[in-house]
Amino acid sequence: MIEFLAATIRIATPLALAALGGILSERAGVFAVGLEGMMLAGAFAATVGAWTTGAAGVGIVLALLGGAAIGLAVAFVAVRFRADNMVTGLAVNILSLGLTSYLMRVLSGGAQPVSMHLSPLAPWPIPILSDIPALGPLLFAHPPLTYLTVLGCLGLTLFLGRTQIGLTLRATGENPEAVFAAGANPLMMRMLAVIACGAIAGLGGAVLSLQQVGTFTDGMTSGRGYLALAALIVGRWTPWGAAAACLVFGAAEAFELRLQGFGAPVSSYVIQMAPYLIALAVLAGMGRSSKLPAAIGQALQRDH
Amino acid sequence: MSPLLQMRGIVRRFGDLCANDNIDLDVQPGEILGLLGENGSGKSTLMKVLFGMLRADSGSIAFKGKLLDGHTPAEAMAAGIAMIHQHFMLIDAMTVTENVMLGWPEAGRVLRTKEISSRVREASKRFGLYLDPDAQVGALPLGRRQRVEILKAILRNAELLILDEPTSNLAPAEVADLLVILRRLRAERKGIVFITHKLPEVLDVCDNVVVLRLGRVVGRAPVAGASRGQLAEMMIGRDVSAPREVDAAKPPGQARLALRDFSAPGLLPLTFEVRAGEILGVAGVDGNGQFELVESLSGLLPARGGVLELDGRDITRSTVAARMNLGLAYMPADRGQKALVKGMSIAENVMLRDSRRPPYARGPLLTPARAAAKTRALMADYDIRARGPDSIVARLSGGNQQKIVVARELDRGPAVLIAHQAAWGLDPGATRFVLDRMIALRDRGAAIVYVSSELEEVLAISDRVAVMAGGGFAGVMPRSALDMRQIGLWMAGRAA
Repeated sequence: MIEFLAATIRIATPLALAALGGILSERAGVFAVGLEGMMLAGAFAATVGAWTTGAAGVGIVLALLGGAAIGLAVAFVAVRFRADNMVTGLAVNILSLGLTSYLMRVLSGGAQPVSMHLSPLAPWPIPILSDIPALGPLLFAHPPLTYLTVLGCLGLTLFLGRTQIGLTLRATGENPEAVFAAGANPLMMRMLAVIACGAIAGLGGAVLSLQQVGTFTDGMTSGRGYLALAALIVGRWTPWGAAAACLVFGAAEAFELRLQGFGAPVSSYVIQMAPYLIALAVLAGMGRSSKLPAAIGQALQRDH
Repeated sequence: MSPLLQMRGIVRRFGDLCANDNIDLDVQPGEILGLLGENGSGKSTLMKVLFGMLRADSGSIAFKGKLLDGHTPAEAMAAGIAMIHQHFMLIDAMTVTENVMLGWPEAGRVLRTKEISSRVREASKRFGLYLDPDAQVGALPLGRRQRVEILKAILRNAELLILDEPTSNLAPAEVADLLVILRRLRAERKGIVFITHKLPEVLDVCDNVVVLRLGRVVGRAPVAGASRGQLAEMMIGRDVSAPREVDAAKPPGQARLALRDFSAPGLLPLTFEVRAGEILGVAGVDGNGQFELVESLSGLLPARGGVLELDGRDITRSTVAARMNLGLAYMPADRGQKALVKGMSIAENVMLRDSRRPPYARGPLLTPARAAAKTRALMADYDIRARGPDSIVARLSGGNQQKIVVARELDRGPAVLIAHQAAWGLDPGATRFVLDRMIALRDRGAAIVYVSSELEEVLAISDRVAVMAGGGFAGVMPRSALDMRQIGLWMAGRAA
């Protein structure tokens, strides 16, 4: 049971980070369809950074930059040049997949992707707390990025609710015209939010490559960005809500892994669909939420 | 006394159009200045220039003796100018306090929500705004939302408030409250610019009035001593405020629209007839079932019970298309949402209803050249001012948009016309135009149901006046026996 819950948390971590980034983007009024590409770029950059320098810290910084680079592309195309959010997001996802796969081969100098193997980030057990029976190993013996995710939820909640910039960001997603009239710059707000979204989602990618797998493989995010997108919607665009949704999706996947382990007579591909089916069912059940930022996806007016 | 605001020689062009042509404007502390003008006369442009949302091509602005030049809205606000837009600049999903804090440096980088919330409560009490700091703005009625904007201005120590058509979305009682608040602000030595095209409000609350027409100042006067007729004449060059004598209707013909215990969700059972050559005006405070009445007559809302007949045929359960084919026309109040596709051209909007028929189509194909010719004829006939049939509707003024709807619906020669707030947001000249066209339609034998919350309009046009209250008719009286006191009582919700 502990093992199952630990697996749930492990699977939920990269999703939750990406969802946190997505919340920034969507609350500012830009659909976070590009999360998948941002995660993938982050996962790739983290692996390259850690592998070439041997320092995980460099990998993490590069993950932030790699995700932010994709965010920057979305910010320019979808915000500055007012292109459709959905199409832009899908385009950067495909771009990111192609680019990372290509660079893998460039690095090897041949037709085969370079192989970069790292030892995954080790857990940092928190002294004393991690010695509590059952709860200790479950909650207080995780690798560093997992703790960071929890801090991220807390930080983002405070940022959105308690700071002037957070208030302005939320207002930009609801009524950018009013933000302009209030003397702030909705264009800049949206662009920065999308770039920050990229950085945080890139960190989510780093969790996959640095902390869990220990290498980068082509398209290794395999839909997790989209799942994070579903999670932030199910979580009503709030950090804790999205994190909770990620845990549910994580639990579904952890359960499926166990089923496979028991050799259930079902195709593994069918089982892998489980989290996505759950996401679809929950989304359909919720309908269009009243919490959806009112001006999401709407281009800013030209004169701002 | 030095003026609070001094604008000199403001010029602003949009392409060939000179929206502001050398305008001077002064506002004193403790003065309510009415800025009057028809749609497109340049009022909004002038105020956007003042507030830093548009740049003037030439001219100077001095506020409290200091020159403002190339300023942004943020700088205008910091200087003490507040603008209350016609469409409120509020975040519906947030609380009153959050809306006040947005973009306000005094709220702090880390928000001091509690402190601001108590200041909201205090100011609200002092100015009689009745606002709960924790209320969600989207749940407030429009009049209250406007007060949130006023509250923002007060807390930011604004000394000049610009109100852009502040009464156009308000119910009559809310208008009265607003005027009280404005007087209180005047007593605190604030300067106020009150942009409007409604004359009674100007006469009621303003100290002085400046009238714009076609981008120029055509009149300045103290309000004391000015008459409604004079102001209207300055505004559009002729006096249209005098109630036009509607020719007594010819003896009405047979019933064209008949309701028997007809009801719909939100609408009590109604029984009445409208005859050929008759206009039934429906007055009443908004939200008393008018919307349900027009939408169920037009077929957009399903009927709940009873019978609805058009020229003797039962259309209670007919589709919208079937009703249209029988000669029913509908002009909804929300023209931007329901009557027009704003991103499309005038011609495309004109053919919206009849795009399957000549002259708009032959067989399966549209005939654009003929449609354009037809549209051009309608534009001339209905005085729709735009470059041509290809002009995009969204770029036209509200008055011209409404004229497109009027042209389209009246050109079909309807047997029955349902019109809801048909003159909403129109200036007096355009209002008169719309009303005249409807009277002409009536004289050709149509039956018209004219629903409006502007009592004056209803009285100007109707052969019979009905008053709605609480989802039903409080009473009906013929034009020949108008009793204003009784109408007032009915509107207040007291049955006859």
